[in-house]
Amino acid sequence: MPQRKNAGTPKVAVFKFASCDGCQLSLLDAEEELLDVAGAIDIAFFPEASRRMLRGPYDIGIVEGSITTPHDVEHIRAIRKSCGALITIGACATAGGIQALRNWKDIRNFVHIVYASPEYISTLDRSLPVGSFVHVDFELRGCPINKYQLLEVINAFLNKRKPNIHAHSVCMECKMKGNSCIMVARGEPCLGPVTQSGCGAICPSFNRGCYGCFGPMESPNAPALSARFRELGQTRHDIKLAFRTFNAYADAFRKESESHEQ
Amino acid sequence: MNNPFRLNIEGLERVLVSLQQKGYEVIGPRHTDGVIVYDRIHSIDDLPAGFVDELTPGMYRLTNNGSRQFFGYTLPPQSWKRFLYPPRRELFTFRKDGKSFGLAPKEDQTPAYAFVGVRACELGAISIQDRVFSSGDYRDEAYLSARRRNFIIAVNCSHAAENCFCTSTGNGPKAGAGFDIVLTEIVNEDSHYFVAETGSDVGTSLMEGIGAGRADESDVDAAEETIRKACDTVRKSLDTSDLPKLLADNTDHPQWEDVAKRCLTCGNCTMVCPTCFCSTVEDTTDLTGRIAGRTRTWDSCFTMDFAKVSGGNFRISAKSRYRQWLTHKLSSWVEQFGVSGCVGCGRCITWCPVGIDLTAEVSAIKGGATKQESGGSR
Repeated sequence: MPQRKNAGTPKVAVFKFASCDGCQLSLLDAEEELLDVAGAIDIAFFPEASRRMLRGPYDIGIVEGSITTPHDVEHIRAIRKSCGALITIGACATAGGIQALRNWKDIRNFVHIVYASPEYISTLDRSLPVGSFVHVDFELRGCPINKYQLLEVINAFLNKRKPNIHAHSVCMECKMKGNSCIMVARGEPCLGPVTQSGCGAICPSFNRGCYGCFGPMESPNAPALSARFRELGQTRHDIKLAFRTFNAYADAFRKESESHEQ
Repeated sequence: MNNPFRLNIEGLERVLVSLQQKGYEVIGPRHTDGVIVYDRIHSIDDLPAGFVDELTPGMYRLTNNGSRQFFGYTLPPQSWKRFLYPPRRELFTFRKDGKSFGLAPKEDQTPAYAFVGVRACELGAISIQDRVFSSGDYRDEAYLSARRRNFIIAVNCSHAAENCFCTSTGNGPKAGAGFDIVLTEIVNEDSHYFVAETGSDVGTSLMEGIGAGRADESDVDAAEETIRKACDTVRKSLDTSDLPKLLADNTDHPQWEDVAKRCLTCGNCTMVCPTCFCSTVEDTTDLTGRIAGRTRTWDSCFTMDFAKVSGGNFRISAKSRYRQWLTHKLSSWVEQFGVSGCVGCGRCITWCPVGIDLTAEVSAIKGGATKQESGGSR
């Protein structure tokens, strides 16, 4: 039986733009914690989870996906007006996502190749993060986000405290976890030193270099890391590709990949 | 050497068994995934026989040379710090109950650790952290309790790695103090044994308890020869004369800008440093806000949060953060604790992903030496 919420229970809405749904799935993936969360908030609008769609205003809006069309721009502005706090989740919403790879190309060419009637397609020339259009109260990084970090952010908002989300490097959590170092001990390139923590240093824990899913850390020195990658035998092209993935259009990664363009 | 014991391989096994019987959790070196780690060990079979490491700035490679030597490696990435001063420690919980609230300190569940294979530089680091956590108004009772119950078997190094400079800081390669037992491993064609000196009554009683015999003159000579050879293999140096003043007087030296271009501000150096002790606290809540908790975690002077205070951050640039780390470690640490914060282990050099070498940075600030090729010039 659905729990009856009292008037003080915050109304939460989950919205989606250009994205794969993986980040909002993290909320459903919270399994053990989900019942507690569902008890503490009123999930008023979450089309992926429920047909129940209450109108705004909402206390918290959680937004996944990047802004890629003129309609998206209108929609996100309306969402901003209807939400007390706006939290963006995932690489798409915080950096433009993998689809921002198109930002280096002429979008009209893609449209002509993909669609039989390209004249019906209305799109922006770039895929951009939500923060490029409206004020965002908190950006939660990751491709996908870490569900514990999402729960922490929701928890912090409910309790009116600062979320314990760190912008420092993956190396910090990698070392605290007890790992050695992929780059130092194996000579393999790893984006950990320039990437924000939060994933739990998953890849280095399995002897793979970090892919940079959580985007640039607080003070990334990408040129210095690239110089080291070169010494480890990476080509300029390899380095360009390393920075051009899920967070390709995040400022520090964008500049670094562009500086390695032939 | 003061009337040392001779311990054969079976004797070492008896030492490990005896420690476990006395209730210690025995931590020692193991080989895992291409590196040595300090982890729980149960017998001498867990020790990394034959493994040797090559350490240069930003580079670590471990190979097995087939030797019987247990302690032929030099230093693994992580130090003993993570056992005595763990990366995360829950401090207490708060519980709101109607109009009142209660605080429940988290019970300290640190076991009595026996460390096997502590190097001279690491003994130095532990003694520095002892000072840090026992001095002044801010004693760390959990650390001090773990130390009081701590049994240490040190090992004298048989050789130095390229990044070692313990002879400059006065910490090694021979273990001076701070151990219960210190071993010198002797591997010959026809014999493999340890010369063991004791540094405490518990150490001596343990050795007597397992029935270890005394070393003879030739054993002692072999041990002393091993240590002398180890001294000769230390190549790197840090000129420590007047170092605190040199750094304090050169906070505007152009070298800080130079190193800032190479520094990733990733914090690896502080994580692996056996003396770095900075921490932060995190407050957590349950969803209802009725239960709150406080956890201490390792922090680093390289993070942006570290110097964030009301009104802003007073160390935004990489230059100011690297300078803070190095000047604290080698200069203001002396003012604060009466000793330098560096023991010459070289971990910060090895595990810096871009191989920044603090000895090269100090040389450059001194102005005399030219910049080094490896790491220092990147």
